[in-house]
Amino acid sequence: MNAARNQARDGEPRTGEAVPAGGRPVDGERAVLEAPDINRALTRIAHEILERAKGPDDLLLLGIPTRGALLARRLADRIEQVEGRPVACGSLDVTMYRDDLRLRPARALGRTDLPEDGVDGRIVVLVDDVLYSGRTVRAALDALNDLGRPTAVRLAVLVDRGHRELPIRADHVGKNLPTSRSETVRVCLAEIDQRDAVLLRGGQR
Amino acid sequence: MTYLLRGARVLGGDPRDILLKDGYVAEIGAPGTVDAPGAGHVDAGGLIALPGLVDLHTHLREPGREDAETVESGTAAAALGGYTAVHAMANTSPVADTAGVVEQVYRLGQEAGHCDVRPVGAVTAGLAGRQLAELGAMADSAARVRVFSDDGVCVSDAVLMRRALEYVKAFDGVVAQHAQEPRLTEGAQMNEGAVSGRLGLTGWPAVAEEAIIARDCLLAAHVGSRLHICHVSTAGSVEIIRWAKSKGWDVTAEVTPHHLLLTDSCAESSPTGSYNPIYKVNPPLRTAADVQALREALADGTIDCVATDHAPHPVEDKETEWPAAAMGMIGLETALSVVQEAMVETGLLDWAGVADRMSARPARIGRLDGHGGPLAAGTPANLTLFDPSVRRTVEPGGFASKSRNTPYQGMTLPGRVVATFLRGRPTVLEGKLT
Amino acid sequence: MRHLLSTADLSRDDALLILDTAEQLSQVSGRSIKKLPTLRGRTVVNLFFEDSTRTRISFEAAAKRLSADVINFSAKGSSVSKGESLKDTALTLQAMGADAVVVRHGASGAPHRLANWVDGSVVNAGDGTHEHPTQALLDAFTMRRRLGDLEGRRVSIVGDVLHSRVARSNVHLLTTLGAEVTLVAPPTLLPVAMGEWPCEVSYDFDAVLPKSDVVMMLRVQHERMNASYFPSAREYSRRYGLDPERLGRMPDGAIVMHPGPMNRGMEIAAEVADSGRSTIVEQVTNGVTVRMAVLYLLLSGSEPAIGGNQ
Repeated sequence: MNAARNQARDGEPRTGEAVPAGGRPVDGERAVLEAPDINRALTRIAHEILERAKGPDDLLLLGIPTRGALLARRLADRIEQVEGRPVACGSLDVTMYRDDLRLRPARALGRTDLPEDGVDGRIVVLVDDVLYSGRTVRAALDALNDLGRPTAVRLAVLVDRGHRELPIRADHVGKNLPTSRSETVRVCLAEIDQRDAVLLRGGQR
Repeated sequence: MTYLLRGARVLGGDPRDILLKDGYVAEIGAPGTVDAPGAGHVDAGGLIALPGLVDLHTHLREPGREDAETVESGTAAAALGGYTAVHAMANTSPVADTAGVVEQVYRLGQEAGHCDVRPVGAVTAGLAGRQLAELGAMADSAARVRVFSDDGVCVSDAVLMRRALEYVKAFDGVVAQHAQEPRLTEGAQMNEGAVSGRLGLTGWPAVAEEAIIARDCLLAAHVGSRLHICHVSTAGSVEIIRWAKSKGWDVTAEVTPHHLLLTDSCAESSPTGSYNPIYKVNPPLRTAADVQALREALADGTIDCVATDHAPHPVEDKETEWPAAAMGMIGLETALSVVQEAMVETGLLDWAGVADRMSARPARIGRLDGHGGPLAAGTPANLTLFDPSVRRTVEPGGFASKSRNTPYQGMTLPGRVVATFLRGRPTVLEGKLT
Repeated sequence: MRHLLSTADLSRDDALLILDTAEQLSQVSGRSIKKLPTLRGRTVVNLFFEDSTRTRISFEAAAKRLSADVINFSAKGSSVSKGESLKDTALTLQAMGADAVVVRHGASGAPHRLANWVDGSVVNAGDGTHEHPTQALLDAFTMRRRLGDLEGRRVSIVGDVLHSRVARSNVHLLTTLGAEVTLVAPPTLLPVAMGEWPCEVSYDFDAVLPKSDVVMMLRVQHERMNASYFPSAREYSRRYGLDPERLGRMPDGAIVMHPGPMNRGMEIAAEVADSGRSTIVEQVTNGVTVRMAVLYLLLSGSEPAIGGNQ
């Protein structure tokens, strides 16, 4: 049961081991981004999104739960600060569309929150914490397809760690982080992890 | 044919040598004192010698359901369980309600030769509960029927029951009642109580048994006849029988091994999950309080004897949903072990008590000459040797019975029958059929 | 293998996981594309030995919305009615590669037996007079939507408890979720030994009514009257039926539920069934959602996330 809850995580599949809770680094983990770095990256991405969309009116930020949804909320707040009016923001759970469901125990679903008038005609920016194989984004595109017809779909991620398995790239990247497959990338956000950080662990030096 | 059983503990007492000769017990003496040139020697050191067990309640299924059991296979199972005589119940197809059918079963028993078969005659024609079967003809037949029962069906008509009780007095017969008030048990599946309520299975109230027992005790007293109660299963029944006996009425009763050991909770949780109809039986398994009352009643003699109600069913009649499954369990090959577990190891009965409840009293109730002991020089050599020191895991694959519907599969039970002698001839030696 | 045989097998976490999952899935029924690809390639067999079009359709819709292949196996007119045993039917389904068997059977415990004979998940869709777990789950889901958290909520279940699989499943589930359950029935329609049931029992509907946040009416079959469980439909209705006058004595905000099909005029008056407090139509809608959640949690992963071991 609890296992099922923990595995109902956002973002890319981790490499199998249990993910420690909270923002405290565990043995062998080191921070590659600290809170100020994350702050700067999000501010930059918010401006990029606005610039590319030529204003906030048609924008819809959709975060992929759990941490992608938190990042989408932060981006939306920044855009509102800049523009002085709110931008549409929600969350999109992609669990039911994943291609690796059968590889692990059944898991709980994350939240999907969409605006009343849906995604039709919007510029949807998918937001996730880590871009890795690209399979989560593929699932998100499939989910969006069942929800309606956006004008355009873009992708914003805090960290791109490489190793793509599908022809997918991010439009907005907080930090490109070269990693080996044996390493683990963990994003901590203050809303649930008590601190902001991106932690890297494991792998051969 | 001469056998010397060396060092057997007669009824659990000190070691004795027992000489069996020409079908009789020739001599019982201190070890090494019995002279027996040419006798076959059986090392009975550490084994308990009991008079051959007598079962008042066995379903041999022949004629009619030879897929479940035959007289041959059922009596082989009996011999392996230490029995030298069984009473074959009447609910065969055709029903044992005529001299012809009971003589057929009797003869099949003689041909098989594993133990004596005393057919039970039906009380009513076709077990239909409408008119008496030809009780006298069965009594006068070669089978010499003395026990009459519609077992499986209750003689619920009070007038018919009264007439049967009266009629069998003419030949010292006894009516063995299957006490089950039919209206109170329509569609009943298991003991009515907490477990049946949780499982959503139609309840089988204790009162359905007790009401009939009370009525029949009063009837038997009124007409001055003998009454035997089959497979008593509730604490309330025990109280009624105790009361009837205290009045001096000629009422006897039996209890099955499974009612001495198992409870209705088996239906809810067992090693094979819930709702396993291997535990479905008539009368149903009751509560732990009932089990305790039955054990105490057997110990104090309120319940006279243990009867197996050995009820073989083919696999397909048990591998099904509970309400569709047949009722009954086999028991001949495990009865003595269950009694050791439930009665001897709990200190409620000693081995002399076991001999009384599993041999002497059932033989007396069935008016069965030559069985039931005592184990003494000059008596027919019907006896069994039992090793109480071993423990075995019940594995029905090795049973002689054609059926496998034992509730004890996988359970570890004490004791093992080593040898059985029927009129001096071994039917079982070293735990195997001869 | 894990199954959903009884709500007694569900821990509080299990039950909440199902309800939370259903909450997320409820959005799907509001979209134009109501299908999810999640159970693509999985086979769900609806094995119905009793007619229950409502329950079967609900499970069928749930499985299809998750893209599972659905095979409907109605025992009527099949080999089962010609004497094929439950076990042989199970082996047939096994050979067909059923990943889940949704079974409705007139015999209490039939799904438990079935679970011994198939590798797939067994979902109890109602067994005899024992349980109907997904009905209880959809009831709890409906209550949560109307009333919020069920902790401390007072639920009265009224009617033929003795023969009701809905009542048994609800007693286990609702008490697991922290609700206080009272069963209300004439003594003839209650099991004899209820001392260990985690609920209150009352013969007096009017005493319980003002203290109920939820009143769940059970269907009472007319044939019970013939077996003398109660004297007449009129007397039953007068003592245990929910009419507008009784509805008026329920607390503000209390709701009326019924698993259906209803006997209007018997256990529930038509005006009550159609009133704003009645959740009867929502219960049907929620049934699909909750069954989707159950199928998803049992079938989507390498192993199920809920359910007891058999």
